Amino acid sequence: MKAKLSLLLIVVMALSSFGGIGVAQDGDTVNILFWQAASHMNPYLGNGTKEFEAAALVLEPLARYDPDGIMVPWLVDEIPTVANGGVSEDLTSITWTLSEGITWSDGSPLTSADVVFSGDFCMHPDTGCTVLDQFANVASIEAVDDLTVTITFDVAKPFPYGPFVGYLTPIIQKAQFEDCIGAGALECQESFGPIGTGAYMVTDFRTNDVITYAANPNYRVEGQPAFERAVFKGGGDAESAARAVLETGEADYAWNLQISPAVLSAMEAAGQGTVIVGFATSVERLLLNHTNPDPALGENRSVWMADGSNGHPFLQVEAVWKAMSMAIDREVIAGQLYGAGGVATCNILPGPPIYASPNNPFCGPDIDAANAMLDEAGIMDSDGDGVREYMGIPLRVSYQTSTNAVRQNTQALIKQWWSEIGIETELRNIDAAVFFGGDIASPDTYSKFFTDIEMYTNGSSGTDPETYMSGWRSDQITHPDNSWNGNNVVRWYNEDYDALLDQLAETAVLEDRADLAIQMNDMLVQTGAIIPLVYRGSVSAHHNSINGVAMNAWDSELWNIAEWTRS
Amino acid sequence: MGKYTIRRLLTAIPTILVISFIIFAVVDLSPSDPTGNLPLTIPPEVRQKIREALGADDPFAVKYVKWLNQFFIAEPLNFIETTLGITFPGSEDRVRVISWATRGPVIDIIAERLPQTLWVVGSSYFLGVMIAVPVGVYSAYRQYSIFDQVGTFAMMVGFSVPTFFTGLMFIVIFSVNLKWFPSVYDTTLVVTDIESLQQQLRQMFMPVTVLTLYTTAQMSRYTRASTLDNLQQDYIRTARSKGLTERTVVMRHAVRNSLIPVVTLIALQIPGIFAGALITEQIFRVNGIGQYLIIAIQGGDLPTVQTVTFIFAVLVVFFNIVADVLYGILDPRVTYS
Repeated sequence: MKAKLSLLLIVVMALSSFGGIGVAQDGDTVNILFWQAASHMNPYLGNGTKEFEAAALVLEPLARYDPDGIMVPWLVDEIPTVANGGVSEDLTSITWTLSEGITWSDGSPLTSADVVFSGDFCMHPDTGCTVLDQFANVASIEAVDDLTVTITFDVAKPFPYGPFVGYLTPIIQKAQFEDCIGAGALECQESFGPIGTGAYMVTDFRTNDVITYAANPNYRVEGQPAFERAVFKGGGDAESAARAVLETGEADYAWNLQISPAVLSAMEAAGQGTVIVGFATSVERLLLNHTNPDPALGENRSVWMADGSNGHPFLQVEAVWKAMSMAIDREVIAGQLYGAGGVATCNILPGPPIYASPNNPFCGPDIDAANAMLDEAGIMDSDGDGVREYMGIPLRVSYQTSTNAVRQNTQALIKQWWSEIGIETELRNIDAAVFFGGDIASPDTYSKFFTDIEMYTNGSSGTDPETYMSGWRSDQITHPDNSWNGNNVVRWYNEDYDALLDQLAETAVLEDRADLAIQMNDMLVQTGAIIPLVYRGSVSAHHNSINGVAMNAWDSELWNIAEWTRS
Repeated sequence: MGKYTIRRLLTAIPTILVISFIIFAVVDLSPSDPTGNLPLTIPPEVRQKIREALGADDPFAVKYVKWLNQFFIAEPLNFIETTLGITFPGSEDRVRVISWATRGPVIDIIAERLPQTLWVVGSSYFLGVMIAVPVGVYSAYRQYSIFDQVGTFAMMVGFSVPTFFTGLMFIVIFSVNLKWFPSVYDTTLVVTDIESLQQQLRQMFMPVTVLTLYTTAQMSRYTRASTLDNLQQDYIRTARSKGLTERTVVMRHAVRNSLIPVVTLIALQIPGIFAGALITEQIFRVNGIGQYLIIAIQGGDLPTVQTVTFIFAVLVVFFNIVADVLYGILDPRVTYS
């Protein structure tokens, strides 16, 4: 026994004596940690950010967004605009010209045929392309010559920068992916090692585990990237990923660290790394049901009626939703639960700055004023059970969201504040794959919205808010007739809003577009369609020995990885 | 005996088929959606198209028959082709079991992940048995001695403290404070020389120790109880009264008999090695089979969940038969007819 113990001790000592962990400080390799692992590297088939980010080291779009949300030319020399003739006067076509001399990592030249193919790949009806909405209204993509591509839209497109701008729609190589288009995408081995124009190329891919990259010898910028190798490791959880960068120094970069702010700042205090935050348009919000979710209604539960007959019994009463909004202390939610990754907001469209409305500076908290408002409206607690009644109906609400520690804590806080204004809340949480899923038979999806209140995060997928704002158009109302598919989950109907959207679709000048977007934002917030809570940023961390990281919420976080160096 | 084994193997076939149907039905009926985890900015019409492209909206029977065909015909044929290097007619059109999330063959991913799972979980299991049996026997032989008391306490702790706790504790002590062992497992590491072997051992140390602690606790309790039972039997008294040495009495008479149930337990737990260790793999980023299953469940990846779970089920059925047969070989009192 003794012999065994001492043997064990010797082994432990022998193992530990070989100079610490020392993986990260390897000068030739940059170690990136994603706690969600990439399933493949084809953005057009991506399941989430992990696939887009893994591909961003290899595949590049024609233009990218910088950390301020401003477009920068990437594979082209300039951004086409109406002023430089790249966008047609009638706003129905845009012409991109590739920079000369760009090659793929295999040495072959990048041509307009690759761009055309990338578009065809996504728009093929059998591909099942995830980013298809980036190609909305595209009528055709045609090569004019070897370096020139014209994209034609079937409507006037005041913001024609959907396709091939940003990391969601990079250029893939035609020669490589030719067999994967359409039904071939269902079994596409090429997605495990795309050939790209970026700073790195794939040398080893392990599904849902680790990707190894080597520097691309044909990269167009001399002397970049500074690292010979990059490793993109997946798996684990956010907290241990943060620890690996901030405390043990095993990794250089860790993505999406939504963990308790107290824990994260304690780790940062160790002095090994830095926490970085980028804000785009994500807003955690409460949705107020504009239809009656009473189960007793049977088939008509939560069904919107054009004559307005199936409205919610009390949530649209101004005093009620205003009081509910005022009772919430957004600073507490943002500060305690989101930390660096969240800021209290009263806007549903908080960015880019030019689109952020200045008209909703204060939306609480004031519980006394909320109570006074309800009293004044005659919504009193007449039977002494602590719950107010509106026209005899007690203010009892059900409130659902997806299962996630931060969300359940938010729910608990809000329940408490609402109880102080005489509103009783029943909380529910549902697994994310079910809640955000599209199972038509499930009563628990966010789009069916069979409760009074629900909460989740959404935002605009780019800098331009048009697509995002059209989510509240009346024809987007979720309804059994459209299999509950639609973006207007609250079933809010407003003709003035629809008119503003039509106007936006014809407006090309940025300032005018911003003006319209702000009006729409205010309309949504000031009529009680939605209660915004927290403007959410993405939180990541990098090791202090890495220089050049520029956190970007508008594009890939790794958008400028070619420029990273180690000191 | 041979006849019995063959009969058991044959009756296992309908059992396995029923299991595959039940698993498929349960997974398919769950409201989980392969597009559920996509970013919300992706509109519902696009989601619908993705589901159609994956075949996720096909009727239940179609999906099940497709899977049966892929798993029982296409996969074995493909295996034969790749191992023997021959090509059957129609191999171009054959569809293997394809994961919805990765769009690659599920079996290939399992094969890719098996090494790390077997290394980490397998070696912890081996170590666990190696430590547990002597500790259990000695504890029983010297019942209520200091060794037994301390051992019982340690095993109780090992058994009741969950691996996610010991795992985190190890990381905080050995990675964060002492900086001895890495907390991130490098699955790309290939052992070629002494240095890489050291690195492999170092990165295996924490996950293996955490798992060993747990297996040892379980096994040694079992060994101890079984040895205690046997030490009180009449045949031990007979052996002692014959004047045999204490060593022979314990090692040859008591231990051999006590290990019969332990061997069965070991055989029954072997499928668990292949299943991986869900939590431990997650904590140390070993990214083996257990972690793969978790990702697939979260992502609503039906073909993967179905295939991985089904392989576990087959292993469980198989090792049950092995355990039964072993029992017959080890214990002459048990006869099968």
